[in-house]
Amino acid sequence: MNKIPEPSRDVSPTASAAPGSGPPPTCWALFKGFFWLGLSAFGGALPLARHMVVEKRGWLSAEAFTELLGLCQFLPGGNIINMSVALGMKFRGIKGAFAALMGLIAAPSFIVIALGMVYDRYADEPHIQNLFAGLAAAAAGLLISMAVKIAKPLRGQWAGIVVAVVCFVCIAVLRLPLLPTMLVLTPLSILASWRLSR
Amino acid sequence: MMAVLISLFVIFTQLSVLAFGGGNTILPEMQRQVVEVHQWMSNADFSALFALSQAAPGPNLMIVTLVGWNVAGWQGALVTTIAKFGPSSILTAVALGLWERFKDKPWRRVVQAGIFPMTVGLMAASASLITEASVHTWVLGGITALVAIVTIFSRVHPLWMLLLGALIGLSGIGQP
Repeated sequence: MNKIPEPSRDVSPTASAAPGSGPPPTCWALFKGFFWLGLSAFGGALPLARHMVVEKRGWLSAEAFTELLGLCQFLPGGNIINMSVALGMKFRGIKGAFAALMGLIAAPSFIVIALGMVYDRYADEPHIQNLFAGLAAAAAGLLISMAVKIAKPLRGQWAGIVVAVVCFVCIAVLRLPLLPTMLVLTPLSILASWRLSR
Repeated sequence: MMAVLISLFVIFTQLSVLAFGGGNTILPEMQRQVVEVHQWMSNADFSALFALSQAAPGPNLMIVTLVGWNVAGWQGALVTTIAKFGPSSILTAVALGLWERFKDKPWRRVVQAGIFPMTVGLMAASASLITEASVHTWVLGGITALVAIVTIFSRVHPLWMLLLGALIGLSGIGQP
């Protein structure tokens, strides 16, 4: 979902705070900032994160944000999760990373468990069953649309398309475990990308 | 109970370090482990939990916490959350200092370009498996197709689409 191609265009600074000029945030400010982000982010937190970090609070310049995002996309883990850790670490070390991460996931964890309790409680009610069936079907549609959007940069790149198709068959059709699939396919894919880049 | 918590910890730690390309790429492996290998829940329950986590705010992988809670209560939620978010976060914190040194190296671009097709394949697998688990009737298939087409071609907010799906479902049209 939040795989954004490295942005080259920049949003015009309509900010109240000058980007990157703010004082380094305290642990409490990191916690609060990411707490509100966690609560207000529905379906893709990245644009909101950028707005908060660059425009609203001025913690980073637009360039510094894009650069940090590059690291977050390179590493495993959700981009927004990695972003909270990287920002906290950058300003306040391990304590800051912990504060930002906790801020981000605290409220959503409790909300999602509350929803789970509702589901458990009413799972036998036919109406509620129908409601959740519709919700699940819509969530599946959102995943399809994400997959289509993410696949677009592969257009015309045959080596990449072959890797993607083989990976899909291994995981979705043959139901092979992820670890061995990645251990075999990723080096081959990197090798192909290296050969093509020369 | 302890054995279940340990299994959860091992599974989600592995998912944490394999989650290249963001969160949803590891859904198929999560489903395989939770539904097929350990049989902690049915396929339909898994897709319902995924749908619930999409309807909640926050990072897009809150299903992790929900699966933990569903399998082993509050302890389970704590274990899966720490196991899923801990290792990748430690990696990020460590890599932050090194990033300056390797971000402009040619190999960084080559590795990232090599990982990208895997992300595409895994996202397609996620979409296919969750669709398979969620769509049992023509109407549900219609909801999935409608939501997919609308969100591919427009910028409508995903939450409206979830609400629409839930309302069509609640109306009971085409349901057994």
